[in-house]
Amino acid sequence: MSATFLGMPGNFPKNAAKAVQDSQLRYNLRKATHTIRGKRANVVGELPDWQELRAAGKAIKDHTLRNLDRYLVQLEAAVTRAGGTVHWARDAAEANAIVAGLVKATGETEVVKVKSMATQEIELNQALAAQGITAYETDLAELIVQLGDDFPSHILVPAIHRNRSEIREIFLEKMPKVPPNLTDDPPALAEAARLHLRERFLKSKVAISGANFMIAETGTLVVLESEGNGRMCLTLPETLISVVGIEKLLPSWRDLEVFLQLLPRSSTGERMNPYTSMWTGAVEGQDFHLVLLDNGRTDVLADEVGRQALRCIRCSACLNVCPVYERAGGHAYGSVYPGPIGAILTPQLRGMSSDLDASLPYASSLCGACYEVCPVAIDIPEVLVDLRAKAPHAAAERAGMKVAGWILNDHQRLARAQRAASRLRGLVPKRLPGPMSAWTDTRDIPEIPEESFRDWWERNERA
Amino acid sequence: MRVALFITCVNDTLFPGTGKAVVSLLRRLGCDVDFPAAQTCCGQMHVNTGYREEGVRLARHFTEVFAGYDAVVAPSGSCAAMVREQYPKLARPGSKGAAAIAEVVPKVYELSEFLLDVLKVDDVGAYFPHRVTYHPTCHSLRGLHLGDRPTRLLRNVRGLELVPLPGAEECCGFGGTFAVKNPAVSAAMGADKTRNILDTGAEVLCAADNSCLMHIGGTLSRQKTGVRTMHLAEILASTEENQ
Ligand code: SF4
Repeated sequence: MSATFLGMPGNFPKNAAKAVQDSQLRYNLRKATHTIRGKRANVVGELPDWQELRAAGKAIKDHTLRNLDRYLVQLEAAVTRAGGTVHWARDAAEANAIVAGLVKATGETEVVKVKSMATQEIELNQALAAQGITAYETDLAELIVQLGDDFPSHILVPAIHRNRSEIREIFLEKMPKVPPNLTDDPPALAEAARLHLRERFLKSKVAISGANFMIAETGTLVVLESEGNGRMCLTLPETLISVVGIEKLLPSWRDLEVFLQLLPRSSTGERMNPYTSMWTGAVEGQDFHLVLLDNGRTDVLADEVGRQALRCIRCSACLNVCPVYERAGGHAYGSVYPGPIGAILTPQLRGMSSDLDASLPYASSLCGACYEVCPVAIDIPEVLVDLRAKAPHAAAERAGMKVAGWILNDHQRLARAQRAASRLRGLVPKRLPGPMSAWTDTRDIPEIPEESFRDWWERNERA
Repeated sequence: MRVALFITCVNDTLFPGTGKAVVSLLRRLGCDVDFPAAQTCCGQMHVNTGYREEGVRLARHFTEVFAGYDAVVAPSGSCAAMVREQYPKLARPGSKGAAAIAEVVPKVYELSEFLLDVLKVDDVGAYFPHRVTYHPTCHSLRGLHLGDRPTRLLRNVRGLELVPLPGAEECCGFGGTFAVKNPAVSAAMGADKTRNILDTGAEVLCAADNSCLMHIGGTLSRQKTGVRTMHLAEILASTEENQ
C-alpha cells in the first residue's frame, strides 16, 4: 500500500538538500522536465492567440469562483436530474467516510482508480485500506508509485523521479505474472502494465475517479487523459464514484473549449490529449456518485491574494519550468502538490503550523518562470510573497530584519553603518559564521569597498 | 535632462564602482545627474522575505525622496521591478500612499530602458575589447520585460565580442534571501549557471543586477575560474581613454 504524506518530517530546505545529493534523481528530473518544457514551448508558440486564451481561462475561472455558491447548486441540480447522487464533503475525513460507505454498500472489497489529485490529497487509498478495501491505481505512473510503495513526485507524471530500469525492477518484484525476461524498453513495460491492469478492469465492479472539469449547466464531468485506462475505469464498473474539488467547476459547456486548448498544450505539450471522456449523471446499468470536496478550499477562496491558486487546472507546466523543483524533486515538498503551485496551495490548504508547511512559501527564488507559463495566469510569486508575510518567522531572523530595517530607514544611519563596514573590511573572514555560512559554504563574499558610493559622491560632488 | 540616480543600497554599499559608472555614462550622454542623499533602499529584501511592514516603510521613504524628479534611473533590474511591480500592491487603493506610488512609479527606469527608451541611444560610444556573455537575470527578463535592450547596447560596444549564454533564461539561484534559506538548491542552481558560463569561453560575465552577479561571481571565484563579473553600466561606461 502506498505510503502516506501526512506527518512527513523535515522542512523544504532539509529535504531538498538531501535530494540535491542524489545525482540519479537530478539527472532523471532534468531530462524529463527539459523535454516536456521544450514540447510545451513549441505547441504554445503555434497559437497566435495564446495570451488571449490564457486571459479567457483566467476570466472564466475568476467568474466561476466569484459565483461558486450559485454554480455549485446548479451543478448539484443538474447531476441529480441526470440520475446521479451528489454528496458534500467538508474535509478529508468526511470525503473518505462517504466513499468508504458507498463502496461498502456494494459489498465489494476492491476498487479501481483513475488518477486523481483530489483522492491523493485526502489520502483516500489509506482510508479505504483501513476499512478493508483495496484501491488499485490504473494510471501507469500512479501504478509505478503504488507498486513501489512510494510517493508521487509530480502532478502529471507521478513517477517522474524514476527511470526505466528502476521501473523494471519494481515490476519484476511487485507484479504477479510478469515475464521474468522483461526488458526496460518502454513498450515492453507498458505492455506488462496493460496485461496486469486488464485483469483488474474486467474484475472490478467499483471505480473511483476525479475530474478535470465539471460543468454546472449540464452536470457533466470531464476527464482528460493519455492512456485510455481512465476511460476503462469510467465505463466498465457498475458503480462510479467521482471525488472532485469544488473549484473544478465551469459554468457552461462553451467554456470547456478554452480549457481543452489550454490544458493539453500546457501539460503534455500536445495539441490535444488522446482521450477526453465526459459523462453526465448515471448511465444505464451504472450507479453514479459525485463527492464534492471542500477540504480548505472555501478558506482559500476567502483570501484576496491567495484565492487565485484555485484557478489552477493542475497542468504542471509550473513544475516543469521551475528551477527549484528541478533540483529539489517533488518529494521535498511533502505534499501531493509539489513545485510552485504546491508551494502556494499546500500551505493555504493545510495552514502553516508545521515546520514543513511554513517553509514552503520560501521554496522559490521568485524567478517568475512559473507565472509566465501558467495557462490561467496565477501570479505565483505574488502569492508566495503574500504567504511569506503570514508565515511564522524565527526570532533571530525577525531581530536581524528589524535592525536592517532600522538602518535602512535613515540615510545617515546607513552611511554610518557603511563606514563601520569599510573600517572593518580587513577583518571579514572568508567563511562566515551563523546563517551566513550558508553563503560562504559555496561562494566567496564580495570585498567591502574602502568607500561607499554615497561618501564618494559627497566628497566629489558636494565639495 | 535632470535625472535622479537610485543607486540602490547593495550598489551603494558593496559596488560603488557601478554607481560611478552610471554617473560617468549618463554625463557623457548629456544628462544632469543628481544623487538624492536621503535615499536608502527600495525594501525588496523585506517585502520578499515576509517583512511587509518594514518594506512598506522603506517604500514610503522612497516615494518621498524621489517625488520631485522627471526620471529616476536605477542600475538594478530587480530593484526597478520591485518599485514597478510590487509598490502598487503595497498601498491601500485610494490612499495617499497609493497616490504617491502612482506618481513616482512611471518615472522609474532601469538603466538600459532609460538609455534606449528615453534618451533613444543604442550606441553609447563605449569601447571594451573583451569576450563577454550576458545573463539576463529573472527580474529584468520576466519582471521588467527588458527584452534585448541590454544586448542591443552591448552589441554596439566597440571591440566587444558578445557570446550567447546557454540556458540564459534560467534563474542563477540567488533570489535574495533564498540563497541563505535554501542554500543547497541555490548552490546547485549557481553551479549549473557557472558551468554554462564557462562553456561560452567568455572572460567576462555581464548582467544588469549586482546581486545576481555577487552570487554567480562568488561561485566563479570560489571555483577559481578566472571569469570576471561586470555590471552592464561598467562596460557601457568604458571608453578607449579609461581602459
Ligand atoms: S499553477 Fe498554473 S501552471 Fe501550475 S499546475 Fe496550476 S494551472 Fe498549471
